Amino acid sequence: MTTDSFMAVGSDYAGKVDETFWILVIISGLITALVASLIAGFSLRYRRGSNAWRGPFPERVSRDVEIGWTVATLFLFLFIFWWAASNQLAALDVPGNALEIHVVAKQWMWRVQQPGGAREINEIHVPEKVPVRLVMTSEDVIHDLFLPTMRLKQDVLPGRYTFLWFTAIKTGVFHLTCAEYCGTDHSVMAGRLVVMTASDYARWSSAQPEADNLARQGEALFYSLGCSGCHAPTSSVHAPDLHGVYGRAVHLSDGRVVTADEAYLRDSILLPLKDIVVGFAPIMPSFQGVVTEDELVKLIAYLKSLSTSPTLPSTAIEGGRAGTGVKQ
Amino acid sequence: MTDAVIGDVAAETPPPSYLGAGHTLLSWLTTTDHKRIAILYAISITFFFFIGGIAIALVRLELMTPQGLFLTSDAYNRLFSLHGIIMVWFFLVPSIPATMGNFLLPLMIGANDVAFPRLNLLSWYLYVLGAAFTIYTLISGGVDTGWTFYAPFSTNYATGYVIAAAAGVFVVGFSSIATGVNFIATAHMLRAPGMTWFRLPLFVWAMYTVSLVMVLATPVLAMSLLLVVVERGFGLPIFDATRGGDPILFQHLFWFYSHPAVYIMILPAMGVVSEVIPCFARRTIFGYTFMVYALIAIAVISFMVWGHHMFVAGQSPLANLVFSFLSFIVAVPSAIKVFNWTATLHRGQITFEAPMLYALGFVGLFTIGGLTGLFLASVPIDIHATDSYFVIAHFHFVMVGGTVSAYMAGLHFWWPKITGRMYSEAWARFAAITTFLGFNATFMPQFVMGWNGMPRRYHHYPDIFQAWHVMSSVGALILAVAYVLPLVYFGWSLLYGRRAPANPWNATGLEWQTSSPPPKENFHRIPRIHAGPYRYHASDRLPMADDRTPVRPQGETP
Repeated sequence: MTTDSFMAVGSDYAGKVDETFWILVIISGLITALVASLIAGFSLRYRRGSNAWRGPFPERVSRDVEIGWTVATLFLFLFIFWWAASNQLAALDVPGNALEIHVVAKQWMWRVQQPGGAREINEIHVPEKVPVRLVMTSEDVIHDLFLPTMRLKQDVLPGRYTFLWFTAIKTGVFHLTCAEYCGTDHSVMAGRLVVMTASDYARWSSAQPEADNLARQGEALFYSLGCSGCHAPTSSVHAPDLHGVYGRAVHLSDGRVVTADEAYLRDSILLPLKDIVVGFAPIMPSFQGVVTEDELVKLIAYLKSLSTSPTLPSTAIEGGRAGTGVKQ
Repeated sequence: MTDAVIGDVAAETPPPSYLGAGHTLLSWLTTTDHKRIAILYAISITFFFFIGGIAIALVRLELMTPQGLFLTSDAYNRLFSLHGIIMVWFFLVPSIPATMGNFLLPLMIGANDVAFPRLNLLSWYLYVLGAAFTIYTLISGGVDTGWTFYAPFSTNYATGYVIAAAAGVFVVGFSSIATGVNFIATAHMLRAPGMTWFRLPLFVWAMYTVSLVMVLATPVLAMSLLLVVVERGFGLPIFDATRGGDPILFQHLFWFYSHPAVYIMILPAMGVVSEVIPCFARRTIFGYTFMVYALIAIAVISFMVWGHHMFVAGQSPLANLVFSFLSFIVAVPSAIKVFNWTATLHRGQITFEAPMLYALGFVGLFTIGGLTGLFLASVPIDIHATDSYFVIAHFHFVMVGGTVSAYMAGLHFWWPKITGRMYSEAWARFAAITTFLGFNATFMPQFVMGWNGMPRRYHHYPDIFQAWHVMSSVGALILAVAYVLPLVYFGWSLLYGRRAPANPWNATGLEWQTSSPPPKENFHRIPRIHAGPYRYHASDRLPMADDRTPVRPQGETP
């Protein structure tokens, strides 16, 4: 399969961006034409020795002219700002049912984990007409995931999660590339965004070898890494209960209140001393260097699953080790 | 009157000009004369302009085919990094302030020198020291971080000589600070009697405002580069996220300097054009006070827009919105300036000598550069266009189409004053027109391919962009010719050019009322000022200083 053109309109949002772009092109074209024709016109009419009349320009009129074009420019610019900003604000709300796909960037490749467990390299398969949210992080330097047909681009940072979301409206194979300079092979850190119909996507997804979903893989890690040893309510160690923690407001010992999002969970695993929950001793060891970025993705997927549906990780309830206590 | 001055020169032996005040190399290297320091700077930055130019010529050649011609990816990355570092810090930032600013600021306000002549010489030596680090970087194998030194790439992953390159930029920053402090003090302390703030030529205002920006912004660059060196050299985790550092802190610090730096590069250009256009339109500048306030507004607001470089860096949507808004606001004073330059032509007596052609080219290219800035200030457009060739084209329209055109305009305009020689007008006009055409041929295709998704800093690229890259490279060849030409006819002018009269353009500025080239002390006696600049109308024939004859005509012994 070859990739389609860079500038195909991949989503409704992309269509709106193009619209804004062309309006700006027309406005700036008109302004440039105005300035150019004034310069050309004056240069011709007032060239040295021409017969044009050249009286003094009254100070009062010149002042009015100045104020006039200052105000006109200001209003025009504010209008463009309002137009662009309102487009942007409308695009901020991520639909709640978005399909979450994890992307880990490293020099010079993209590793992708589908929610169904499938893993890809330099390719992202997505269903058409379903909102897709990419949760991205980097293992080394700053990269940037650029999807030209979606008119979207987002830096991918080490040590943080950043997000992109889109709803593809057109099936096909599109470009995906790195837009933030990241070293030697920056220019070939590219891949393909494959947009399929929902049924094709489901078929493709189930045909992939690692079919266990991310949350279940994360649950297995939760036990194998020893997290459950402290974080299970039956444990003798005094550690916060993680059930329902995702999305909740957490009170910290220094008085701050933060929302437990992906970044918070990530920091709590890698830099446990950064945010201490009020009432708990700072005894958790750092898992820096112990868990990989891919494993973090799975652990966080598991923790999130504890919030969204308490019954989802069935083994946690059945498996007698600690799981029963997760639900209080 | 001017003919009489020429006659005097021909008839008698002229008194030593600043050029004749000493002929040994030592007399140049130890000079504290602002005019000689300007020449030292001019030679240094011209050298670096061509080094940076050769680097990008190789890049444009390599980009003729999607898979490249003769460079490895590492070599390619080092070449564009070198081009950026050299052109920004060793050419554009010092270009107009350190050469024309140094030469003209005291002349334009009726002073004998800048406030701190020795600090002025020190600033050139700092430039040379920074340049030495940069040459060392170049010879030992280059640096691969881009001119932006983004962490954590620069601190933990880059393979080039990052510390040496950062040291070069760090040191050269202090040379800008020294120049800035000097200009501020000069403008405050050394104005001639009667030279009130609102009688200052706009070029002086531009130098004053740019100096404020230099003094306030450059220390932040020094700090951020120091942090890069501390992390890379000593392992202190400032930006390294795996050890609790902040990966985008560097960008905030860097752009807090580097966005004002864009205005460090363009404000002086605005100053030059504001002198050239009234002279060749024989018309006072339209809306002088608005032009002054616009300069001040740009200088102030330029400190509040750095976040527009980071719309996709992981900044909050609210921050994006605020920085987008402020970026639209900073565009207003720039637009006002464009309208004022255009209106200055109205009812003029326009002639089209080379400086005027360059200046009109500036207005056109700066307009396009400014308007495409509005695209990038709009968040949704920026998300698609940032880090693409669209951005490259935008800032080259401002910094090359704008600043370099204005630098050339100023160089031609004041060449007779600086050297005492005329240049070949025909060749200069040809070069000005070639620059304009070559520039558009180089960068217009980059707008198109940028919007179509061609990312910047790409060694290999998809085949569909080849046609645009080839167009751009051919344009670059034309541009190269246009930049080499002045080297030839200016060189010729130095040796064989006709002697210049004190005021070849019949301009009204104070600098034209002393001889060409000026004597070492600039003026025989300090002039007394009783009017503003740009007195080009038939109704106000009286010059701005008290004598109708040059303050120190050539031929008169002091």
